[in-house]
Amino acid sequence: MEHESNKTWWLQAIQTGLIGGIVAVLVSLIGMVESFHERDIIAGQITMGETLLLLLVVTFSYFSSRGTEDTPLPKRLASGALTGLITGSLAAGLILLGKAINLREVFVNASPSLYKILTFENENTTIALMILLVTGAVIGLLTALVHVIPLTWRRATISGLTIAALIALLQDLLRITLTPFPEFSKSIAWMFGSRGQEGLSVNGALVVFIVVTAVNYFSATRGDAVRGRVRALPTGTQRALRWTNWGLLGAFLLIWPQIAGPYLSEVSNSIGLFILMGLGLNIVVGYAGLLDLGYVAFYALGAYTMAVLTTIGGEITANFELTFWQALPLAILGAVLAGVILGIPVLKIRGDYLAIITLGFGEIIRIMFLSDFLKPYLGGSFGIVEIAPPTLGGTPLNTPQTLYYVILAGCLVALFVAYRLRDSRIGRAWKAIREDEDVAQAMGINLTTTKLLAFATGAAFGGLSGAIFASKLSTVYPHSFVLLVSINVLALIIVGGMGSLPGVIVGALLLVGLPELLREFSEFRLLIYGVLLIVMMLNKPEGFIPEAVHKRELHESDNVSTPAGA
Amino acid sequence: MMQRFLNRINFTDIALWVIGAALVGLIVIGSFKTLAEGNYTTRQWLDFVVFGIAQGSIYALIALGYTLVYGILRMINFAHSEVFMGGAFTAYFAADAMAKSGFLKANTFIAILILFAIAMATSVLIGVLVERIAYRPLRRAPRLVPLITAIGASFFLQYTFKGLYGDQFKAYPEIAALKGSYTLGDFNITKIQVVVIVSAALLMLGLYLYVQYTKVGKAMRAVSEDKDVAALMGIDVDAIIVRTFVIGAALAGAAGILYAITFRQVNFFMGFVPGIKAFTAAVLGGIGNIPGAMVGGIFLGLFESVGPILFLDGLDVPAPYQLKDVIAFTLLVLVLLFRPSGILGERLAQKKA
Repeated sequence: MEHESNKTWWLQAIQTGLIGGIVAVLVSLIGMVESFHERDIIAGQITMGETLLLLLVVTFSYFSSRGTEDTPLPKRLASGALTGLITGSLAAGLILLGKAINLREVFVNASPSLYKILTFENENTTIALMILLVTGAVIGLLTALVHVIPLTWRRATISGLTIAALIALLQDLLRITLTPFPEFSKSIAWMFGSRGQEGLSVNGALVVFIVVTAVNYFSATRGDAVRGRVRALPTGTQRALRWTNWGLLGAFLLIWPQIAGPYLSEVSNSIGLFILMGLGLNIVVGYAGLLDLGYVAFYALGAYTMAVLTTIGGEITANFELTFWQALPLAILGAVLAGVILGIPVLKIRGDYLAIITLGFGEIIRIMFLSDFLKPYLGGSFGIVEIAPPTLGGTPLNTPQTLYYVILAGCLVALFVAYRLRDSRIGRAWKAIREDEDVAQAMGINLTTTKLLAFATGAAFGGLSGAIFASKLSTVYPHSFVLLVSINVLALIIVGGMGSLPGVIVGALLLVGLPELLREFSEFRLLIYGVLLIVMMLNKPEGFIPEAVHKRELHESDNVSTPAGA
Repeated sequence: MMQRFLNRINFTDIALWVIGAALVGLIVIGSFKTLAEGNYTTRQWLDFVVFGIAQGSIYALIALGYTLVYGILRMINFAHSEVFMGGAFTAYFAADAMAKSGFLKANTFIAILILFAIAMATSVLIGVLVERIAYRPLRRAPRLVPLITAIGASFFLQYTFKGLYGDQFKAYPEIAALKGSYTLGDFNITKIQVVVIVSAALLMLGLYLYVQYTKVGKAMRAVSEDKDVAALMGIDVDAIIVRTFVIGAALAGAAGILYAITFRQVNFFMGFVPGIKAFTAAVLGGIGNIPGAMVGGIFLGLFESVGPILFLDGLDVPAPYQLKDVIAFTLLVLVLLFRPSGILGERLAQKKA
């Protein structure tokens, strides 16, 4: 973008508007608008689909009206309005085209209901198009005005709007969580729409927006004073405060399945399994910098080891019938062995080649599980059924709410291990390899053992996750272990921040939790992951919760210009 | 004495050689047993070979895209498989329309040329957009970064096409003029295979001449040698990179049509497996090396079509064809381990690998 600053402002505004319009047409044609239209943000007023389009116009107008600091206001307003107008006109073009010829022959999502959304359910096309253009321009104009608002207020308003939208989206989560407290949940019922899929009510949205904005404003203006007072407390009290926070978090995690009910516990369990895998891959990719695209192989091996060892009956010849707790160490051991065995051949291979080779390994494992060749032992495409659930003192833990504790324990152990490893001798060796393999070797780091340890530790977490997954579902099929799982895990550690432990948790919550809660998202999950990976790498390669060292490393190239690959 | 000898041997080297020897042993024993059993006639073997060459030429065309981009940017263009898919998938609608209107039957040659044009144009558009949005801003970033955007772009494109055209398999219309086959004794080749092999060969010849004998080709070679020096010599590096993406994408688009008339099925996910195979082919021939990609493609095609039967049938493996991808990936691993420079590559030191 920096090369284009010498263009005239209106050309730039038109260009931005065209890009925005193309994006708007694209999200309409791939069905996102229509599928998001099912869910209301504010009951009866505005849907998620409309919010998506609105957000597009706002984003692109914001960028086109940003200018430099001394850009005069009229120019900003004109840029914003022009961008909004152009974006709107491309959407209008889509409607006109759709009315003229049947786009549905090619684009499956160019359905009548899409046009209905784009024309605001207006029968008369001309009026609808006028509305579309005017709305675009007005929104663009209003967006440009944002630049005039003082920074503190701007931030407060934006976070107010964001939180209100988030609460509207996640209202299911709130409502289910509040069911054990009928009194309380009744008293805030007015905040939400009356039917299931509806978000906040108009009043609710207003209240949330005002409260959040006010809180944000005060925390921005007075927050420093409060934080200063906390910092002035004696060290003992501060430590006690911190421990109380941790204690509260722990207590919350323990009682969570009781509040959450089976559905949300199930969602938490999926998140937990991905946190486990994320922690494992984080060691391989985040700590040691070895890009592994076949991570699903270890997950699969853990699951299949657990399945073969504990299955009761079924088609396969294995007949071990161990319990979950007996099989668990063996499953982890199996994954670790696989990690070492797969690790040895790829020790000398770096970077891109490593990515492709590990991807190949992941596929090899899946194809082997699927093949007729191993069918007598692993069940081929029918998989393995009747896997024993974990037991605790004789009671099987086979409901989501009880399994939650097994997964929580696994996550805590893995977190502890990953945390302790991070700054240990081996952890520092991993980081050294990540930064420069040759220098690390010159410093006396044994590349063989260090890399193999990274693969083995990563594999252990993956195997643990897979083993729990197998007994959670009580069946395993080769189709559960496709490349997409690896990509999913990779995306979550990249979004969270490579090498950062809280990043893994945040990443899993965002990329696994959100799509589970919002069915509309899950359809476009991989598309959104793709965009996320690109956007994160372009703007924030260190992730949302970056690890300090890694951040420094990634921004090194901003100052020093070494030719890539040399 | 013994101590020094033991110190010199690396544990990993031993492990590697053991793995390599075991695999080669397996292949040799399997082949001998299969041939000794003699369950397959000469004609069948020839069929496998012809099929392998046809399949291999498609791989080679896609592999050229990987190789060209790798040669210049030193990155794996992960989204290349989606460039291949996008062209073939988009051209389906033209093919369908032409089949319905009878144009395909009346003017088969022109119709196929139109299909090629549409697929290549779409692929070029996708390839250039990906380069502009996902790769160009990251020219100077650490190497892991563009690789991750490439993976992101690949998934974005797959699911965009799924959203646009739906997730079903679309059946390409049958081309009447390409039915049937030519036979000469035990040698049998279908007309489609002739078209595939001939057009792939022509395209590759064209590319080779372009890169070797035109000024732009010379500039491309210069940029792949050293970007900074090339820029000092007055070459517009960005323009050359875009042109490289254009050529690679056009070849992928053409490969898409050849794939579509061979297998007559397209889908948003169709690029994944051929993409990885083509990458394997590029590595096999020596990545960054244009004749290498061609040789690697054909070699991989042959290996994949003859291999499963030849190596595994004698070992009593049921349904060996299910394992053809395993064979291809194992081949990739072995090549990277024992000859990372590929069949034709000569100098691929660790700085590039």
